[in-house]
Amino acid sequence: MRATAYQRKIDIKNGRVDLSHGAGGRAMAQLISGLFHEAFGNEWLARVNDQAAFHVGAGRMVMTTDGYVVSPLFFPGGNIGSLAVHGTINDVAMGGARPLYLSATFIIEEGFRFSDLKTIADSMGEAARTAGVYIITGDTKVVERGKADGLFISMTGVGVLADGLDLSAEKARVGDRVLVSGSLGDHGAAIMSRRQNLAYETEIVSDSAALHDLVALMVAVGGSSIRVMRDPTRGGLAAMLNEIAHQSGLGFRLQEEAIPVKPAVAAACELFGLDPLHVANEGKLVAIVAPDMANAVLAAMRAHPLGRDAADIGEAVTDNHQFVQLSTSFGGVRIVDWLWGEQLPRIC
Amino acid sequence: MKYADEFRDKTIAQGLARAIAAEAESQREYRFMEFCGGHTHAISRYGLEDILPANVRMIHGPGCPVCVLPASRIDMAIRLAERPEVTLCIYGDVMRVPGSQGKSLLSAKAYGADIRMVYSTLDAIRIAEQAPNREVVFFAIGFETTAPPTAVMIRLAEKKWLKNVSVFCNHLLTPAAMHSILEGQDIHNGGRIEIDGFLGPAHVSTIIGTKPYEVLAEKFGKPIVIGGFEPLDMMQAILMLVRQANESRYEVENQYSRGVTREGNRRAQEEVSDIFELRDRFEWRGLGLVPHSGLKLKQAYAQFDAEMRFAMHEVRVADNPACECGAILRGVKRPVDCKLFGTVCTPEIPIGSCMVSSEGACAAHWTYGRFRDDQLRRA
Repeated sequence: MRATAYQRKIDIKNGRVDLSHGAGGRAMAQLISGLFHEAFGNEWLARVNDQAAFHVGAGRMVMTTDGYVVSPLFFPGGNIGSLAVHGTINDVAMGGARPLYLSATFIIEEGFRFSDLKTIADSMGEAARTAGVYIITGDTKVVERGKADGLFISMTGVGVLADGLDLSAEKARVGDRVLVSGSLGDHGAAIMSRRQNLAYETEIVSDSAALHDLVALMVAVGGSSIRVMRDPTRGGLAAMLNEIAHQSGLGFRLQEEAIPVKPAVAAACELFGLDPLHVANEGKLVAIVAPDMANAVLAAMRAHPLGRDAADIGEAVTDNHQFVQLSTSFGGVRIVDWLWGEQLPRIC
Repeated sequence: MKYADEFRDKTIAQGLARAIAAEAESQREYRFMEFCGGHTHAISRYGLEDILPANVRMIHGPGCPVCVLPASRIDMAIRLAERPEVTLCIYGDVMRVPGSQGKSLLSAKAYGADIRMVYSTLDAIRIAEQAPNREVVFFAIGFETTAPPTAVMIRLAEKKWLKNVSVFCNHLLTPAAMHSILEGQDIHNGGRIEIDGFLGPAHVSTIIGTKPYEVLAEKFGKPIVIGGFEPLDMMQAILMLVRQANESRYEVENQYSRGVTREGNRRAQEEVSDIFELRDRFEWRGLGLVPHSGLKLKQAYAQFDAEMRFAMHEVRVADNPACECGAILRGVKRPVDCKLFGTVCTPEIPIGSCMVSSEGACAAHWTYGRFRDDQLRRA
């Protein structure tokens, strides 16, 4: 029988993280094995090395990295942990790639509750398992009280991209259709509803979700007729389309009536003077698709639960100024500009 | 969205647009100033200019409290926030307004000043209660609409015996500014424009009522129609203005009757007059010193007056000479007439105040309407 390294189990219910849990001693090892390994459980972590070796299939590798500082840590529809897994998976998937492995770094503030950390780690494990990806390596740091707001997570994701597929903004052409996978602004509105000084009662939940299955379906149907895909996170649809406009040298013309926004989200935005097109999403994608394949790709999107409310909201047009313009439901025309200033800090 | 979509209906808008086009005399120009930034924003956001006939032109007025705040007041706030004992609570819009040295409250915050964005005056009270050792100052800004909440805050601070709360008061009065525009007092920037009538404030009028405008309509012979902020409200108000102009009437009419009465909100008016009194004059960016256009705390509430408490003093500073905000705020020039517009002055790095708030004429045009610029510059 192997000797037990630790005298006593972590008190998940009442205990708190202290500086020793980041110091490299037994306490840290206990935190990692007792909490993170249990939550993420996989063969790579079980070997407890400083790195993980893995096989990659045919194709090119894709890599992305992202930091998560959302406030509050828990919100309707998820928490910082599930958000980190979904967000990182989506960044890999938007290139058309299949996400495989993730790494996670936790920067924890002294005094953070083990119970909260466990809830977050468990939901990361669950999000990863549901998505069929693995968190195979990680790191834990503890900083003094007041030096971090509870918990920050940094994640890296790798995946593989089939040869021949090369999605990129400069491939957009005049006449391409703009497809969006569902209603806009849910994540931002859900976060707002839980901010201390804004709190309001609402049924809005974050749309945080992993989109790689939806992407796989779309790529199977549309292939290279999908010019580029992005997930409209911070800055919303507006920022994302302006980016693509600049990268492709084109403009976009959208129809306001075609853009799906839930009534509760529209109402919250109205109340706070926000434009839903600027509000963050964490489970939506926008695809620029060649016109002849747009309907087929849209049908494929609608066949997937995460694309049920997908819509064709406009088209790419010639425009030397690279403006994103919107025909308003009211009958006028306006620009949909980048967001300026900070609408809502620490949304993801 | 119920109670909002009804006021944004395309079919009704087209009907109103047809009525305006039919009644506006084709050989005549109609120049109406929408006083409020809320109207300016809505005009651009919904694309109202696209459905109005070409001879009905909207001139964007100075009704954006952030835009008309002179750099000297921002400088005062920055100096205040830099005091180590002070926590300055502000409405978010003010954060980015440039002071005289190119510095803003946002940059002061980055350099360590304790500045908190709040959504209500009650947030400032809460912060003061939680931090009894901090001097919590609320940067009060806005027209008659935001003055009552500031009054309530002072009452509450008094009731709770809070010794660490004060207000840096920048509340402004709308009718005084309209008077100044109509009188054409040109302190700087020169020039004046003929205005055929005012689309009057919506929310301000819920507080003060329509009565204070009557003397203006009478004295200057200009029609004033109080209109709501929804696009159909504005279309209807514009139609009412066209009719008055055609009939050479100059009355105060109330399109926004679902929110505004002639007498206004008496309770709010009493709260304000209990706590505040008129300043002899207040500086408005673009309008200069306007008599009796600002509020300050009464002597009885001097303990809550940050200007007294911290011996703040105002040093008037000149705006960037190339900036046309002054002329734009008076409706003499359009945003595209300014050399700085869209070149060195954009919402990301505003030079003039009209580019700062989303309700400013320049920011609204830049954000929503600049695709029309080539055409406008030719006009």
